[in-house]
Amino acid sequence: MKRIGVFVCHCGINIAGTVDVERVAREAEKMPGVAFAMDYIYMCSEPGQSLVREKIKEEKLDAVIIAACSPNLHESTFRAAAEEAGLNPWQCEIANIREQCSWIHSDRKKATEKAIKIVGTIVGKTRLNESLEPISVSITKKALVIGGGIAGIQAALDIADSGYPVILVEKDSSIGGHMAQLSETFPTLDCSQCILTPKMVSAGKHPNITLMTYSEVEEVSGYVGNFKVKIRRKATSVDWSTCTGCGLCTEKCPAKVPSEFDRGLTTRGAIYVPFPQAVPNKPVIDRDNCIYYKTGKCRLCEKVCEIGAIDFDQKDLIIEEEIGAIITATGYETLPIADLPHYGAGEVPDVIDGLAFERILSASGPTTGEVRRPSDGMIPKEVVFVQCAGSRDPERFKPYCSKICCMYTTKHALLYKHRVHDGQPYVFYIDIRTGGKGYEEFYHNAEEEEGIVYLRGKVAKIFRDGDKTVVWGTDTLTGRNIEIAADLVVLATAIVPTESTADLANKLRIQTGPNGFLSEAHPKLRPVECINAGFFIAGVGQGPKDIPETVAQASGAACKVISLFSRDHLEQDPAVAWVDEDLCSGCRTCISVCPYDAREFDEEKEIVTVNEALCEGCGSCVAACSCGATQQRNLSDSQIKSMVTASLGGE
Amino acid sequence: MYKKLGLDPPDNPPIRLDRTKVRGEFGLQVDELSGQHLFACYQCGNCSSGCPLAQEMDILPSRIIRLAQLGQKEEIIQSKTIWICASCFQCTVRCPKGIDIQAVMDTLRQIALDEGVDHFGPDQIDSKHAAEVPQPGLVGVYRKLST
Repeated sequence: MKRIGVFVCHCGINIAGTVDVERVAREAEKMPGVAFAMDYIYMCSEPGQSLVREKIKEEKLDAVIIAACSPNLHESTFRAAAEEAGLNPWQCEIANIREQCSWIHSDRKKATEKAIKIVGTIVGKTRLNESLEPISVSITKKALVIGGGIAGIQAALDIADSGYPVILVEKDSSIGGHMAQLSETFPTLDCSQCILTPKMVSAGKHPNITLMTYSEVEEVSGYVGNFKVKIRRKATSVDWSTCTGCGLCTEKCPAKVPSEFDRGLTTRGAIYVPFPQAVPNKPVIDRDNCIYYKTGKCRLCEKVCEIGAIDFDQKDLIIEEEIGAIITATGYETLPIADLPHYGAGEVPDVIDGLAFERILSASGPTTGEVRRPSDGMIPKEVVFVQCAGSRDPERFKPYCSKICCMYTTKHALLYKHRVHDGQPYVFYIDIRTGGKGYEEFYHNAEEEEGIVYLRGKVAKIFRDGDKTVVWGTDTLTGRNIEIAADLVVLATAIVPTESTADLANKLRIQTGPNGFLSEAHPKLRPVECINAGFFIAGVGQGPKDIPETVAQASGAACKVISLFSRDHLEQDPAVAWVDEDLCSGCRTCISVCPYDAREFDEEKEIVTVNEALCEGCGSCVAACSCGATQQRNLSDSQIKSMVTASLGGE
Repeated sequence: MYKKLGLDPPDNPPIRLDRTKVRGEFGLQVDELSGQHLFACYQCGNCSSGCPLAQEMDILPSRIIRLAQLGQKEEIIQSKTIWICASCFQCTVRCPKGIDIQAVMDTLRQIALDEGVDHFGPDQIDSKHAAEVPQPGLVGVYRKLST
């Protein structure tokens, strides 16, 4: 029989306040297989860990159980301590008597009985634990970054600067993302393009970065360190290897398409470069709007292109790559005004969204930075900004705060005031949230010195009256309703994940939350990792955030990838499924239930094997296996029976 | 419209805001006479919460400032608040933005007097009651009329 040691933690009063820990230790000592038991105030402290190490040696223990908090917190701590004392780490188990006992009960007697049973089940399991060795997996030291906004660019640059190759995939023809559309950035009012374009150029020129723009991830298989990725390079209809980017084709194209980059305030051709600083600065043909693709006639771009780079027959290409880690940085869109019927549903011409106003303010925008309203080009003198247009509205729209609107609306009002000195900006808000370095000061300056009028209340209705846009709101600070006959209304529409996020998350098998944003593994302590190993996230795709936070998160995700690539082999938890080949009937039920694609049919042996590197040890296949061929290491049927017996009070 | 229909005007009509109100004569006058800057106020309400006479006022001091920001002169000069204010400086001392609210109150009283708005004066206290009014109170009432 094994000699098991049981160590019961008080966790201060977290456990000892509800559970009689001394009694748990005394009862544990009587359990079959237990050679030693004790309690201690903080097992996770260094003295606590030394106790475990000393007792393993003194008492000649060959397994230990720590009755303490959740294994999510300290399993690795105690397995390391056990290993230091010469034990196999898989001979150390955690009995969770805190989250699953002391924290949720108040009756001391009953809680103590339950704690004893919990320890009993783990003793039952540990008696039959095998010593295991970690699974060693090799790593392909090449990263994939999906999304070429500031998050993707920053992550790609950080990884590339560390010497590892990166593929940066972007669905549009240029990298840059929304940051390229912005005028100036709060709170310092740096010109957005001026600080972004050097990074875009670096990403475009970096020897370790392969840019794949106008491309989308088609399929991902494999596991951490060893992904196989298929990328669809959409047909650009232009041979980028010969195109010089002279721009003649884009000038001559007779098609007129609303420019996505300028939020529909200008038009572009069907062959176009989204904006002058695009990286790469090469055009694509938008086949849905190209006159030749629609009518079979035109080909004007082909005629003007002296080097013959136009290729109407170009096909999509599927490129396969081997990748070690994947960062998803898919960014955001904003809630369409069409979804907001009370704000005119997009039918009122001088009601625009924040990104459109960014273009109006931008020196490279449709009005070269002069504030003119879209309907008639008039310089607006009364401008109303409406915050929380779709945010913080759980009944009708989005329940969450879009986080950046308070600051960018203040910036908008401020920049407007700088351009139109005799104009009056008004901001309707529910709360002003200015958490960030220099943010509160920025807001105070706008309110105090720049004369921006903040009105506390939601806007109920916006409608057209002659050439005015009437805003009906309220000011709860005076208790009076407010009516403003505005010349222009700017809505801070809710931030939403990009349309493709859900589909991509499915392909990658990473999680999204209730509002469609990508989920992190832990909201505080693992904010850049996904639950699945080898996947990382950065930027607004994970949740609304501003540029500094996005850049920090991107560098954080890059750092995780670099740390992964700094090793030659990965060690994975060996407590995964295995197959008794003599028992397996080859029915393949396990393949259908495995969420990780870890079960593979072996044609030769006619059995289903386990890809240990992919298996996360969830146990689905073990439960589904009708012939008992699939078992989980250190969670065998006999171990589970032994645990059930203990939990029912038997031995 | 209300007159036509023989109705009383609404008690709480919407404020129709435009830049002439926000940057209007009234706001500038208050700023100039008081030496304060109305738009420095971010409506935290500390002046109201610390005011020992707030319970007697029809409009809280912070809301007076808010109405002034939005150019609502009539409502302010018709309010009891500016006369109930004892100029005790509690609000001025408490203001996190350093606004001398007492000075704004003085200014508002001055504007009300200039407009000939009816107010409560010491001459309205009959001699019988005048004897019972504490001296600092009487002095305060005279002071309000002389600023």
